[in-house]
Amino acid sequence: MSMLEIKGLQVNYGMIRAIKGIDFHVDEGEVIALIGANGAGKTTILHTITGLVPAKAGSILFEGTELTKVQPHKIVAMGMAHVPEGRRIFQELSVFDNLRLGAFTRKDKAEIAASIEMVYQHFPRLLERKNQIAGTLSGGEQQILAMGRALMSKPRIILMDEPSMGLSPLYVSEIFNIIAEISKMGTTVLLVEQNAKKALSIADRAYVLETGNIVLEGDAKELMQNDDVKKAYLGE
Amino acid sequence: MQMLISTLIDGLNLGSVYALVALGYSMVYGIAKMLNFAHGDVIMVGIYSIFVCLNMNSLPVPVTMLICVAVCAVLGFTVEKLAYKPLRGSPSLSVLITAIGVSYLLQNLALLFFKSERRFLQNFLQLGSIQIGSFELPVISLVIWGTTLVIMIVLNLLIKYTSMGRAMLAVSEDKGAAQLMGVNVNRTISITFVIGSALAGVAAILYAAKYQNVDPYTGSVFGIKAFAAAVFGGIGSIPGAMIGGLSLGLIEALTIGFLPESLSAVSDGIAYALLVLMLILKPSGLLGKKKVEKV
Repeated sequence: MSMLEIKGLQVNYGMIRAIKGIDFHVDEGEVIALIGANGAGKTTILHTITGLVPAKAGSILFEGTELTKVQPHKIVAMGMAHVPEGRRIFQELSVFDNLRLGAFTRKDKAEIAASIEMVYQHFPRLLERKNQIAGTLSGGEQQILAMGRALMSKPRIILMDEPSMGLSPLYVSEIFNIIAEISKMGTTVLLVEQNAKKALSIADRAYVLETGNIVLEGDAKELMQNDDVKKAYLGE
Repeated sequence: MQMLISTLIDGLNLGSVYALVALGYSMVYGIAKMLNFAHGDVIMVGIYSIFVCLNMNSLPVPVTMLICVAVCAVLGFTVEKLAYKPLRGSPSLSVLITAIGVSYLLQNLALLFFKSERRFLQNFLQLGSIQIGSFELPVISLVIWGTTLVIMIVLNLLIKYTSMGRAMLAVSEDKGAAQLMGVNVNRTISITFVIGSALAGVAAILYAAKYQNVDPYTGSVFGIKAFAAAVFGGIGSIPGAMIGGLSLGLIEALTIGFLPESLSAVSDGIAYALLVLMLILKPSGLLGKKKVEKV
């Protein structure tokens, strides 16, 4: 059984059918990339999985539980974290408070403290700035904070939405290294990216999305060689 | 000198009660992003509950006070549940109109049950005064200041150090992101309403002790001024509500106390003029943060 299985998913955005009935799955331990142009529906899919947007039809099975029937705020505690587009860290709170909120659903104080130490170890920059107000961090640092915050819930799967958006090339590379590292730590990753080249380079498999439909899927390395993908998304 | 001190004491009394009420407006605005115009009327209902308790006269005063706070908290919870919760996600204008509707509803219910004449609360919390040198300090003033101070401190601790407080901070900044952290946004908003309304209950007790009367419009007039105080201090900010409330109380007392009689009649006007001036100079209020709208 797949860790995350999406079947016949349809989502409306107002009057517009944004997702037109898609199927895909994510197996435990995989890095899966969803690539596609702006407006293809990538973000909508992630929002629907974690309940920010209701599904119109179809099913989202996470480890055997139907997520469309779960109250959205209960999804984190089931082991699914979501790093939203634009990072959406709490700008007015300190780095530490942001991380603390990431562990909102956990109760054991000693374990939470250990998780914060773990995040600081992986991201020393956050330790340096732990008392700084998060809104004053650079874009790259905010993205790292958003990822650290997501790790604080001890997720088995992380959904990441455009983590490289708006970052300098140096930070883009660092962010993708971090994603690879998170995957190595044993967390499954569902990655939405416009930077298709980078995304395919770290993904196991990928799905190509066009205006609400999945038009291509397969092994990430093979997709990188696909002529259509090359032309439309890799700029070759 | 005597005159100045007693005017300042009066201003601090009034200001403390304004501060408590402003806090209710501010917290609800900060977290639910709505102006609860019925907040003042919750105070009015609270004062009437004291009036009813006093008329049953066998009730001990502490029980009366507890009943007042409980009535306000339950009323706030009910109003939120029935009137505001179904509108979550609606345009803020719909919610605002609903709040005004609730305000009129509560006033009219009070008219129905208690008629329009002013009712008096005889001898509620008459605590006398203590002598300091040649000066008499009413004990009720000490009670008012102490209560307001303790509530401010407790609220601050609550927000800084509890999981509920963290949830409130998260919801006030970004509801979607808060939900992704596992915060139950709806429940957090409901809890905020209950806390704000309980504060209105405390304000009702202090108001009743100080002024000893109530009519169906007591709450809305007082509430609008407290709302102005919240805006003056920076709506959404807890210390802002405190400072805004105290400033308004002092300004009002000083204008009544020291301006010529012909002008003291328009003390409200002067207070509002200062508010307008404030908003021109610093639109976000004294302690309000400048919000950068993100696309």
